[in-house]
Amino acid sequence: MTEIPEHLLKRAQAAREKAAAESDAPADAGAGDSRIPDHLLERSKAARASGDGAVAVADKATAVVASAPAGSVPVGAGPGGHTQRLLTVVKSGSIQETKAAPVDKVHTWPHLLAVEFVAALACTAFLFVFSWVVNAPLLHAADFNKTPNPSKAPWYFLGLQELLTMFHPMIAGVTLPGMGLVALILAPYVDRNTSNKPEDRKWMTSMMTLFLMFWAVLVIIGSFFRGPGFNFTFPWRDGIFFEL
Amino acid sequence: MAKVLDNPRPTLKERAAKLGGQVQGSQVWNSIFRPGSIFRKGYTDSPRNRSYVIMNSVLYHLHPVKVKRHAVKVSYTLCLGGLSFFLFILLTVTGIFLMFFYRPTGANAWQDIQTLQTSVTFGLLIRNMHRWGAHLMVLSVFLHMARVFYHGAYKPPREFNWVIGVVLLTLTLLLSFTGYLLPWDQLALWAVTVGTNMMGYSPVIGSVRASRTHASFRHRHLYGNSLLARPQRRRNLWTSVSEGAHND
Repeated sequence: MTEIPEHLLKRAQAAREKAAAESDAPADAGAGDSRIPDHLLERSKAARASGDGAVAVADKATAVVASAPAGSVPVGAGPGGHTQRLLTVVKSGSIQETKAAPVDKVHTWPHLLAVEFVAALACTAFLFVFSWVVNAPLLHAADFNKTPNPSKAPWYFLGLQELLTMFHPMIAGVTLPGMGLVALILAPYVDRNTSNKPEDRKWMTSMMTLFLMFWAVLVIIGSFFRGPGFNFTFPWRDGIFFEL
Repeated sequence: MAKVLDNPRPTLKERAAKLGGQVQGSQVWNSIFRPGSIFRKGYTDSPRNRSYVIMNSVLYHLHPVKVKRHAVKVSYTLCLGGLSFFLFILLTVTGIFLMFFYRPTGANAWQDIQTLQTSVTFGLLIRNMHRWGAHLMVLSVFLHMARVFYHGAYKPPREFNWVIGVVLLTLTLLLSFTGYLLPWDQLALWAVTVGTNMMGYSPVIGSVRASRTHASFRHRHLYGNSLLARPQRRRNLWTSVSEGAHND
């Protein structure tokens, strides 16, 4: 059985002492000193006088109220005059359904939409100024007979082109990126960990960081450290062979 | 006991029903068909399920009536998803503007860009915005993916959102790649050549390639923009055939 907590024992002790003190004092509370307001009592009395069916209820209520402060120990009461006993303490949660703590939420409008609007404005402003200052490249018209050296893919594919220097195109161009995409798609189904806390997700976090860093490093090498013939160069020594 | 032995093996129908139940109960299925979907196990046409259809819709997911207070902070999302979408809109608008001045044929494409930059009011600015915006979108989509992963936002019940996100990332890369070809300058031609050479080995796209000689890229089907590719391909086919004749 569950042990009765200290504070409940103390409270019970205090109540017992109070009851004992009250029983010592002469009870002068009569039937008139009920908790029913005067005007309601008057109304019920009037109803009783008119001899209606509602009498019984009013009668009973008065009787119950009258008996309560009588002061004498009721029949079947326990030690200290209590008519109830503390059988056990059931901790909340064991039988009650406790709901999770309420989530602190705000309205999407205006709180989120305002932020997004400002972000879009800032993005537009940045793009506008950048486009004003830096022109997009337009080289000579396409010529199949003049292969530039080096020929580079768009920057986001330079990681793949970098892989091409190490593996057969079937592996570097198809198998590895395909596996990467499949791994990304499967990630939520493979990851059985339901926690969102960073301290619980060290494995997945490090895996993803490795994955992202792998591609980032390859893209950076392909962009800035590859010169004519796609050979390794240092940008500070030979210049940058890179166009956006 | 005898009764059990009367039917020792489940019939094909029973096995199919069991398999169907397993599929419907799987995590993948339940992540694709959210509550309210008619394909969910034990679906009933109830007011509750009808409400779920709307409450689980993608628009409502993107912007519910209320959001968690911490999610509104700029430092939490960096607005990357919203910015990706905004850049997509911006690219559509500037792209439609550019379409008025551009003919996607090998003979006209480069000249049209040149004219756009020199003779059209704000033409150069709009082209710059379109190009830099495209690069920025690739970057923001990539960073958005990283952000979503590090916050664990792909976890149930949002697994399929993540899958759609990966598909959108791939689409973004491919669209940016095909757009890279359109100016039809040396940069575009050879960047896309390198790219298509890599993809040439993939099972479906690459099957159209004739051979693996250096000149074979010229009659590869995937030049990015098909409008540009078709006339270009005809021309390339001619040049490679003539070149082959010379080699022989």
